[in-house]
Parts: sequence; structure tokens; C-alpha cells
Amino acid sequence: MPDLMQAELKTQTHAAEAVREMTYAHAIREALQLAMRRDERVFMLGEDIGVYGGAFGVTDGLIEEFGAERVRDTPISEAVIAGAAIGAAVTGMRPVAEIQFMDFITLSMEQLVLQGAKMRFMFGGKASVPLVLRTPAGSGTGAAAQHSESLEAWFVHVPGLKVVMPATPYDAKGLLLAAIEDDNPVIFVEHKLLYRTKGHVPEGYYIVPLSQSEVKREGRDVTVVATSIMVPRALEAADLLAQEGIELEVVDPRTLKPYDAATVTRSVCKTGRALVVHEAPKTGGFGAEVVAEIVAGEAFDYLDAPVRRLAGLDVPIPYNRELERTAVPQVADIVREARALARGEY
Amino acid sequence: MSYQTVTDESEQIAASGLTPEQLLQALRQMHLIRAFEEKAEALYALGKIHGTMHLSIGQEASAVGACLALRPDDTILSTHRGHGHCIAKGAEPPLMMAEFFGKEVGYCRGRGGSMHIADVAGGNLGANGIVAGGLPISTGVGLSLQMQRTDRVCLTFFGDGAANEGAFHESLNLAAIWRLPVVYVCENNQYAMSMPVTAAFPIRQISERAAAYGIPGVTVDGNDLLAVYGAVETAVSRARAGEGPSLIEAVTYRWRGHSKSDRQRYRTRDEVKEWQARDPITRLENLLVAADLFTAEKLADLGAAARQTIEDSVAFAEAQADPDPATILEGVYA
Repeated sequence: MPDLMQAELKTQTHAAEAVREMTYAHAIREALQLAMRRDERVFMLGEDIGVYGGAFGVTDGLIEEFGAERVRDTPISEAVIAGAAIGAAVTGMRPVAEIQFMDFITLSMEQLVLQGAKMRFMFGGKASVPLVLRTPAGSGTGAAAQHSESLEAWFVHVPGLKVVMPATPYDAKGLLLAAIEDDNPVIFVEHKLLYRTKGHVPEGYYIVPLSQSEVKREGRDVTVVATSIMVPRALEAADLLAQEGIELEVVDPRTLKPYDAATVTRSVCKTGRALVVHEAPKTGGFGAEVVAEIVAGEAFDYLDAPVRRLAGLDVPIPYNRELERTAVPQVADIVREARALARGEY
Repeated sequence: MSYQTVTDESEQIAASGLTPEQLLQALRQMHLIRAFEEKAEALYALGKIHGTMHLSIGQEASAVGACLALRPDDTILSTHRGHGHCIAKGAEPPLMMAEFFGKEVGYCRGRGGSMHIADVAGGNLGANGIVAGGLPISTGVGLSLQMQRTDRVCLTFFGDGAANEGAFHESLNLAAIWRLPVVYVCENNQYAMSMPVTAAFPIRQISERAAAYGIPGVTVDGNDLLAVYGAVETAVSRARAGEGPSLIEAVTYRWRGHSKSDRQRYRTRDEVKEWQARDPITRLENLLVAADLFTAEKLADLGAAARQTIEDSVAFAEAQADPDPATILEGVYA
């Protein structure tokens, strides 16, 4: 009887929560709002984040609630946006900087890589740099080669930085709140095509802990490790392949650095097959790290097939719509690769 | 009724508002910097410390004069040529020397060394291996101090070379539009490694660039402690009052090469000698004696005392333990 009541209660709660759907962009905005209400040290700075509401509308309305002092529009000065965030963070504030397109982070690299990332270590652990740098990455908008970069692997390679890449509205909110609470510099990589995707987002303050990969869909045949926009694509591929009797297990690392490899290892031990999918160019990409972790440990003995990577081509993102699609993995590509793996074609 | 001779020197000192004790302390610090740098150089030559270093011999007045205008709770950011700034902000020479020797008790637990030495508790957010690397950070420190409603200020040192980096422009512009409490002190020591300022700038004075940001800019004799102090004091007061940043150019000269590998083919011995004749330490000593504040005899011992402090610092540092390799990953993440 109590069990039954509990089950009923759970169903009701789910029903109530299921109503609360929101977009990825809105979920990020809500996280920013909650963080700023909760902690007066949190503030934002970036280009066009105020009245304009951000290039993708993510910060829409925040200046009305928090004012221009905490939602700070900056000139187009990416080096000092990063530097100002570092300087403020090391002296007691908790800044959330926005770099309008991940491509422009190239203009912030010295401050992020040579200053913010290393400051704590260089100073013998006597300082901390609690900042979050949010930035939208990825192609698919027709913005071509200088507005479509996926540069996350660069930052994964820098000791001292954390790298987070949410794929769902739920994760975006919870991971952003976790990143803001974290005492390290966190590069928070959003995806432009995810901004308008919808999903369940609970009300109120909650954390999705950093460095926890998550199984987004369970399956017995092939582990698909996917990041960012490739997570919904992998899930769509899983739906399609399920009709053929092939069950994909989709794992989303969510935090790329420090990376929770154990969850992927457990999955591969179960399925014996792994496909790693990301949008960024294959060579030197994060996928190589995922593969290395799979084959370097326990999962190696469980492998029934070579571990495969499906990633962006080694090419700048082209303008032409068809070329742009060709440059990065699509659902059909994941279906094809995963099917071949499952059928033992490799 | 006693009669006191009014000299130009005593008028100059009175105008500065500095007390004899402050001036004596400033002179002590300048000697300490000189002694520290000379010892660092000697230790390097003996192979006792490794890496590279950038010595600030000849630039002592700008480090000490600038920091003299600060309170202990103010913050500085420094440069690759930062030993003098560190001492001037109040760091302990034994802990600095321990850092040079790479020891665990050093300011950065032996992880930073000469180019990253920082005294976070003392308000020094570090030397910096990147030219202009500290400028954007100092702007952020200013933002932080402003948002926290304090009257503290941030002073950032940088060289003439840094004024040609993009970060200089972005930083001064942002500080200016937000009226941040930052004092930008450009130590123009005539060369960016080998590039002379006469070739690197199409303007007569670097401080002219302040006009582009609508902030005060002034050029002072960087070997004149009182001149540096006066300009920085004005800028600090302005920053504390919420009136925004200033740019100060302190014209000085580094007696040594850029770093340990410099063959100095870009300048003449005569030029170096000419600047050595404008030694900022001798200059302050002469001023204090001429103003009748101290006798030459009283000042004569300061150099030896500073050298002894540095000898003691070396003895302290050498006796300390190296970091345990097992701790290498500590401090990468909080």
C-alpha cells in the first residue's frame, strides 16, 4: 500500500514537472538569474548581453532585473573581457563572461590560457579564479568559417581549466549553476542549434555535478559517446536503429575536463562496441581522448570491434548549406556507423 | 630664534608631503632592491639558481616611488622585471629568495620562480611572463574593487613594450569607460628587449596615448623618486575618489640586459654609462643630504645593511626544503 501510494505520488510529480518544459537558452538564462539572486558576487560581462539580450537572446531581460552594473555590456574587446573576469575572480567576485561566438575566443586565448588557467598553480595554490566563460559553438547556422568553430579540445588540453558542454536544457541549467559554484575557471560551451531545443527543466536551484558522464539512453549493442549537439542526434539515431533491432547506449560526458571516463568504460564493458561522435574536426579532437581512455583500461578486454570515431571533417566550416552539413556528422551518419559496428562490419 | 636655510631640495620634499622616515624607508627599499638584484645575478652566475631573470637595476625609483603612494590593502600587478615591485610592495626578501631557489616555503611554493613571483596576501598579484599580460587582469581587479564599493586601488606596472600590445588598448579603454580605480604605470626603460622606444613609437611620449582614452596621462623622470611618487599619488587619489584611471609614464633605464641571454648589441657602453650617472639611489641620497634631513654618514650604511639582509635571505633560502614531487599536482585546481 505505501509502495503504491509512493508510485502514485511519483507519477503525479512527474506529471507536474513534465509540464515545465523550456528551451536550452531559457534554461541557461534561468540559471544565470538564480545564481545572481543567490550570490551578489556573481555578475555578467560580455558583448551585447544587456539591452540587446545577447546575440542569441540568452541573457534577454536580465539587465531589467539586475541592472547594468551586474549585466555589463562591454566594448568588442575579447582579451579584456577574459582578463577583467580573471582579475575580478581572483579578488573575490564570481564573474560569468560571455564570448559571443566561440570563434572569438581566439582573441581571449592569452588571458585564458596563460593567465587565468595557471594563476592558481603559478602562485603556489594561494589564489583561486572562480570564473565561468560561456560561449556558443558549432555550425549549422550558415555563418561559415569564422562563426562556427568547435574549439573545446584546445581548452581540454590546458591544465587548470575545466570544460563543460551541456546537451539538454536540464543539464545546461544544472551544469551552469555547478560551474558558477566551482572555484576554477570553467569554459562553458553552448551550442547554437541547441538554444531552441526544448526539454524538462525543474523549477528552482539545482546542480548537475561537474565531471559526471551520463547515460542518456540505455542499450545493449553499441555505446555511442556523444557531446553537445551530437547527443540529440545520437538519440535520434538510436530511435531509428531500434526499429531494426539495434540498441544504442548513448553516453554524454557533459564535462570534458576533468572527464569521467568510468561511466563510458562501464558502458563499453556491457556493449563491447564503441562509437565516439563529436562535431569538432576529428584530428586531435576530444574523441581521441575518449577512445584512448576506452582502450587503455578495463574495457579493452570487452571489445568485440575496433573503437570508431565519427567527427567533423578536417575542414573549415563552409558556407554552402549542403557543404556545411557534409562537414559535420548528421543523424544518418551516426545511423550508418553504428549499424556497421553492430553488424560486425569493422 | 633658530634660522633654517630654505633650499630647493627641502621645498621639494615638503611639497611631496612625505616624512623623513618615509623617505628613509624608501631609500632602504631601493637599496634592498639593488642588493637583491645584484645577488640574484651573482647566484645565477654561480649556477645556484636556474632559469632566467630580468633585473631592474637602475629602475628602483619607479618601483618604490609608485608603491609609496599605495596602502597595504591596495593591489599591484607586476611584470617580468618584477623583483623590485615585489620588494616595494612589502614582500619579505627571505621568502622571495626561497622562491628563487625553488623552495617549498617560497612565495609560490617554488612553482612560480622569478617570472611569476607573487605575494597574494601582500597585494601583489604577480610578476608576469607575458608582455601586457597583467593589464587586462588589473582592469578586472579595478572592476572588482569598484563593485565591492571599496576605496582600494589597483596599480599595474608594465613596460614600454606592453604599450604596443593590443591588451593595452582594450584595458585602458575599458577602465576609462567604467571609471575603474586603476593606475597604469608604464616603466619606459628605453628598450623592449632590443627594440628602442624611438623606433617603436611614433610619438614623443607614451603618456600621450592617455588622450585616446580621455584619461590623464603624465610623463615623469622615473629615476626621481619624488617625481614618481607625486604623479602616482595624484593618480591614486583620483582613483580612490572614483574619478577613474590614469596613465603614468616613468622614464628610466635598465642597466643590465633584457635577460640573461642578452648580448646588448643594440646599445653602446657610453649610453649605459650615461644613465648610470643618473643612478636613482645616489640621486635620492643627495637630495636627502642636501635637504639636511640626514647626514651622508647616516646614509652610508644603508647599502651594506641591505646587502646583509640579502645575504641572510640567501642563507635562509638555501637551508629550506625543496617541494615534494608527490605534491606536483597541487594547485592546478581548487
